[in-house]
Amino acid sequence: MTPPPTATAVTLAAGVRAGERSAREVVDAALATVDAGDGDYHAFLCLLADEARAEADAVDAAVAAGKDPGPLAGVPVALKDNLCTRGALTTCGSKILENWHPPYNATVVETLRRAGGIGLGKTNMDEFAMGSSTENSAFGATRNPRDITKVPGGSSGGSAAAVAAGFTPLGLGSDTGGSIRQPAALCGVVGMKPTYGRVSRYGLVAFASSLDQIGPFATTVEDAALLFDVLAGHDPLDSTSLPSVPEPTMPTVHDGVEGIRVGLCRDLVDGCAPDVVARVREAADALAGAGAKVEEVSVPEFGYGLSAYYLIAPAEASSNLARYDGVRYGLRVDVDGDDVAAMNTATRTAGFGAEVKRRIMLGTYALSAGYYDAYYAQAQRVRTLVMQAFDRAYASFDVLLGATAPTTAFDVGSKVDDPMAMYMNDVCTIPSNLSGHPAVSVPFGTGADGLPVGVQVLAPALQEAPMFRVARVVESLAPTSEVAS
Amino acid sequence: MSTDTDWEMVIGLEVHSELQTATKLFCGCRNAFGDEPNVNICPTCVGLPGSLPVINEQAVEFAMRIGAALHCDIRPSEFSRKNYFYPDQAKDYQISQYDLPLNANGWLELPDGFRVGVTRAHMEEDTGKLTHIGASGRINAALHALVDYNRSGVPLVEIVSEPDIRTVAQARAYASELRGILVATGASDGRMEEGSMRVDANVSVRPVGTGAFGTRCEIKNLNSLRSLGRAIEYEAARQIALLESGGTVIQETRHWDESAGRTDSMRSKEEANDYRYFPEPDLVPLAPDAAWQERVRAGLGAMPADRRAVLVSVLGGSPSSAQTDQIHAVVDLGLDGLVNAAADAGVPAGLALARAANELAAQSEAALQLDAKAFAAALAMESGGQLSATQSKAVLGALLERGGGDPAAVAKEMGFEALAADTLGSVVDEVIAAHPDEWARFVEGDDKLRGFFTGAVMKATSGKADGSKVAAELSRRRG
Repeated sequence: MTPPPTATAVTLAAGVRAGERSAREVVDAALATVDAGDGDYHAFLCLLADEARAEADAVDAAVAAGKDPGPLAGVPVALKDNLCTRGALTTCGSKILENWHPPYNATVVETLRRAGGIGLGKTNMDEFAMGSSTENSAFGATRNPRDITKVPGGSSGGSAAAVAAGFTPLGLGSDTGGSIRQPAALCGVVGMKPTYGRVSRYGLVAFASSLDQIGPFATTVEDAALLFDVLAGHDPLDSTSLPSVPEPTMPTVHDGVEGIRVGLCRDLVDGCAPDVVARVREAADALAGAGAKVEEVSVPEFGYGLSAYYLIAPAEASSNLARYDGVRYGLRVDVDGDDVAAMNTATRTAGFGAEVKRRIMLGTYALSAGYYDAYYAQAQRVRTLVMQAFDRAYASFDVLLGATAPTTAFDVGSKVDDPMAMYMNDVCTIPSNLSGHPAVSVPFGTGADGLPVGVQVLAPALQEAPMFRVARVVESLAPTSEVAS
Repeated sequence: MSTDTDWEMVIGLEVHSELQTATKLFCGCRNAFGDEPNVNICPTCVGLPGSLPVINEQAVEFAMRIGAALHCDIRPSEFSRKNYFYPDQAKDYQISQYDLPLNANGWLELPDGFRVGVTRAHMEEDTGKLTHIGASGRINAALHALVDYNRSGVPLVEIVSEPDIRTVAQARAYASELRGILVATGASDGRMEEGSMRVDANVSVRPVGTGAFGTRCEIKNLNSLRSLGRAIEYEAARQIALLESGGTVIQETRHWDESAGRTDSMRSKEEANDYRYFPEPDLVPLAPDAAWQERVRAGLGAMPADRRAVLVSVLGGSPSSAQTDQIHAVVDLGLDGLVNAAADAGVPAGLALARAANELAAQSEAALQLDAKAFAAALAMESGGQLSATQSKAVLGALLERGGGDPAAVAKEMGFEALAADTLGSVVDEVIAAHPDEWARFVEGDDKLRGFFTGAVMKATSGKADGSKVAAELSRRRG
């Protein structure tokens, strides 16, 4: 199964801005491609066909009027279904929100539109972003376009698959513990998590507020940088949004790695499958060949990240998901009698899937009187240790290099009954969420099974620009797909 | 425990005060009382998925004023989430300050000089309002409930006292003084009847002379100073009776039933609550810098105690107990400025205080709009003898009703022209001539008849005569 070649966002937008092709043509073609091909993958939960066409027409009108429609002019973008879209279904992959139409747009949806980008549709996801395979969706699993017997990763598997399948050149996901980078790695696309606070979370349905960050999917590093530059910026509606206006990363993305200090992080490589390890080491060698100073480094504190994450994230989730109580919106299951508590219970029992319930229970427990210090507070202390460990590493290195996921894409159904095995998928991506640092996954050849391998480039806070430079070199030196057969 | 034990109450008060900001604590919705249900709402204060809170700077400023007025340390603080399910709670958690409150370690001085410690004064958001619809209006019998989220997200400051209060009178004085301070800071309108100030009382009892505290109960639903006093009185008596009969007090939350005059256990609702507080990840720490704190402290106006002290000094000497009450009333209603202005204009301060505490206080809303010069001018006419006390009060009443005016013109219009001294003398003579027997008895010493003659003169002058001058005329003739 070979996905159709896709024009990059940079190329598409340039063509639309130059009047060489209309945004409407681009959007109509994308909608038709999804209609024809998504039956195999189930990347999209719904298409925003009317809205997308109207937005495309607006872009074309701007071009006709000699106005600048923005850097993403006419580029279709796949939107993860936890991003609020005004008047359009936003389910978070959950039965509890199966009929919810938000009255407002997420800030990123507005930002995208102002830049000329077109939200093409809402993509499938693990329910409330809890999962690593997009099998935890209440509306059915998404399949990996590289091999439909495999999962696309998750939780942003729908957006990853949409980009990998060539439906859209760009996608938006959210990354709480690796939910952009891991599916990007498994689907063979670029996926990036920005510095916490760089991209507004307003209108992103919260999973774990201190970890969630919206970021781009793309087929190239340059496209990811383009979309990141559009999204990044202060939002007065998000108190955790950083006040500074970031420098754009696009202008330096092709500047190479001469003199950049790269730490090959053993703790983000050891323990991965041998074929993944081989690819990451190959990438490190390629960077050295391109002029980077590459050395190995060990950050043993990363080993505690997973445990800390699986206390902090469920704790915050247990509170964030309390509002789905059947009172104001979403699913409501009425029961005999007039007891509100019974209605709450019936609604939540029927509306949430098993993984969401598991995490609500874990988080509730971790925050409970008598357990708080041993679990939640202790996890926060570990989080501080991880941050300090990053700081020490970045005293010697500009970026760190590691695997994104321990393995290539695994079989659909193979881990659904083993939560711990599923959680292990996030082991390499979680440290950056705990620290709030940026990281990007770049495809770098394939594994023994011919499926994509992702190499992860991690950088200190706000250092997206050098991170993208390194990622671009990794991308350019990646073994071509001759291995896949 | 013997029944002749002397008991002592130990009381701590928790006061919730709504802040009178233009908008809510975490969103731009209007903060208003009494609007149509669910008109002042948005994604944030209804807790829609994806919405986020952003702190209201004016609310922080008001909270800092309250802290400064209560002599608190204003310190780096943080918001937490208090998690519990309730339909009036839009997110099923309340954003509140928990272990790191904005204001801590303050005190409030009661008018008698007794200081009550203020543990903390922290910020939090209000909930929505539930209305149970059903035959009896009681929660248990409700058929369904309506939720109004207009109040959801309205800024509150919760002021927690130390358990320093020992009597009902102190509890009432604390609440009353705090109310005055809240109003004086501009942070709150202090209206208990509209729920903008709500008081909960923690009450326990112990044998006099014991060091340890008894088990406390928290009393809710105290909507007036009167309820506060009655509820504490009842609750302390309940606990004492329980202890004296060999029972134990259970720590619980109790509901004050105003009409039945008793507290009832609400414990069932409280039993399982574990609020699972943790730092609110959607907000950044709140740490007002030194310059902001300095601006707030410097901008704080005079507090009620200061203003009462001013009135005392304006009066000169030590006020009578009636005057002390008048001073409290005048300051509570914000009418002290009028009294000070009248005194500055040469009106006797005692007269100005008395008229403000009675005539003006009776129509305090209108009195707050009254021109200080008009008030002073009316009283100057009274103290100068152009108006009798009765006439002066009538003129003040007219000024309040009309929203102002020239007191001299008003007096004239009302027909209050002072009687010339010789006119008054001849009226007195006429009255005496008409009642020779009564006059003879009065001269012989029957003082009860003074009122009879004064009344007769007043009647003959249609109330225009000045009572003190009538008395003088009568005394002169009596010899």
